[in-house]
Amino acid sequence: MSLYTLTVHELRAKLRRGEVSAREATQALLDRIRTVDSKLKAYLWLNPEDALAQADAIDRSGIAKNGKLLGGVPIAIKDVINVDGQPCACASKILKGHTSVYDAFVVQRLRQAGAVLLGRTNMDEFAMGSSTENSSWGVTRNPWDLERIPGGSSGGSAAAVAADEAFAALGSDTGGSIRQPASLCGCVGLKPTYGRVSRYGLVAFASSLDQIGPFTKTVADTALMLRVLAGHDQNDSTSVPQSVPNYTAALGKGVKGLRIGLPKEYFIEGMDREVEAAVRAAIQKLQGLGADVVEISLPHTDYAVAVYYLIATAEASANLARFDGVRYGARVTGEDVIDMYGKTRGAGFGPEVKRRIILGTYALSAGYYDAYYLRAQKVRTLIRQDFEKAFEKCDVVVTPTSPEVAFRIGEKADDPLKMYLSDIFTISVNLAGICGVSLPCGFTASPRLPIGLQVLGKPFDEETVLRVAHAYEQATEWHKQRPSL
Amino acid sequence: MGEGTNTFDISYVAHLARMHLTEAEKEKISAQLKDILAYVAKLNELDVSKVEPTAHATPLSNVLRKDEVRPSIDRDKVLKNAPEQSRDLFIVPKIVE
Repeated sequence: MSLYTLTVHELRAKLRRGEVSAREATQALLDRIRTVDSKLKAYLWLNPEDALAQADAIDRSGIAKNGKLLGGVPIAIKDVINVDGQPCACASKILKGHTSVYDAFVVQRLRQAGAVLLGRTNMDEFAMGSSTENSSWGVTRNPWDLERIPGGSSGGSAAAVAADEAFAALGSDTGGSIRQPASLCGCVGLKPTYGRVSRYGLVAFASSLDQIGPFTKTVADTALMLRVLAGHDQNDSTSVPQSVPNYTAALGKGVKGLRIGLPKEYFIEGMDREVEAAVRAAIQKLQGLGADVVEISLPHTDYAVAVYYLIATAEASANLARFDGVRYGARVTGEDVIDMYGKTRGAGFGPEVKRRIILGTYALSAGYYDAYYLRAQKVRTLIRQDFEKAFEKCDVVVTPTSPEVAFRIGEKADDPLKMYLSDIFTISVNLAGICGVSLPCGFTASPRLPIGLQVLGKPFDEETVLRVAHAYEQATEWHKQRPSL
Repeated sequence: MGEGTNTFDISYVAHLARMHLTEAEKEKISAQLKDILAYVAKLNELDVSKVEPTAHATPLSNVLRKDEVRPSIDRDKVLKNAPEQSRDLFIVPKIVE
């Protein structure tokens, strides 16, 4: 078996026993990337010398052989999270050539855990998109079908893990940007509860919705990654000072007696039939494992996309004001400072980012604030309350992650609204601030494309979410399937 | 909300956003935003008169820390990515005549 196919747990076992060095693990991935990434374009930036130097330092220190959770494990990072000394451009022309000058909190955590910071993965510009087609450096391909998108916005991270170009990767999820690409590429992706993982060093898109999370090949690896990433950080005022449980320890408890809620609003007309069949079969499987299924209702689901595209764009319009050609990135000179801002931003942002900045600016502008932004915040309360009521009746909610499998490159590129609606099952989770994971639960027949199951939990109850996901995964073989490249 | 879509002035909004758009961009974004605003108008179906807004989902408020001097990022590093800098300063066009 090739080294690059291992899970994080398998690799850690070999590193700990001294059968493999951090350098060998890193080199195996670099070789794999050299072989397949010209087809996929999951990575935006790699520095083999730097990655191997990090690995050598870890080997010399003996970290790989001790109890550090990720000692010697190379990790890929979405191009929206700062790694000191590495480029960080959010796949945008406006930040071309930008080098990070500090580590994000999660990167400090990865370093402390002994990880090698391998490289930067592709994404939709500033994390705005569901297909990775909005990257200024071109689309990433889905490893299961190179003519199709990997999902987005964290498409590079999802494709890298699914194609064995990374053992694990970091992404960010504002409306589904971890779970949807995980679903479409056939790997595991977790959006932690808002406040569980510090956003310090994550380039902000929509600050009340953004959350960092991992992509992995198995649920156990996700639990391990969350142990490393979670925890309080005084540099993020929304980081919650709550103790971090040992997520690995809870995995084996099974689902017997757990109540699984099925929201009737998530099994809709127009949903891909094979997706629905796979998800229904997964629910039966969970029942067979001893879970009780209860029907629940999330009555405001139909409003989630509208709420999201007002709140997320409003916050984005404010957050992206900092890209003005003064402190970082490209500058286009103008007649005066206002003209310089306008020309810099006009030249630097791509079409989707411009569209969202315009929509968000409009939603916040005098005379429209109450009608759009404030109203959206109020409907957000109703969506949050839907989940609070639902969780009185059940321990987790199970849904499809996406109503469809990976679509063709270009299929939705000219219809933003159609693209937005592909996030219909993931968006409410960010609005409510709860946690959710996507994991593989089947394939369509022809072409053969992965289908994702979404498991949602109460705020700060990642333990139960991962426990249900692990029980399902261990009772099936989907997570062992790999694309042929 | 319906009235808002009629009075949508993209040049004005682009100015507010300090973002130049070409005529072609203005036309395209206006048309697309018309569709999006028509879609989000569905929020008018709900009575929210007695609902409090949610700004964020975290249970925290007024998070404060001690006002202590702490090390920050080196000035040289902060300035490293600037398009134009001199004598430890960011250089911008003249703002006050």
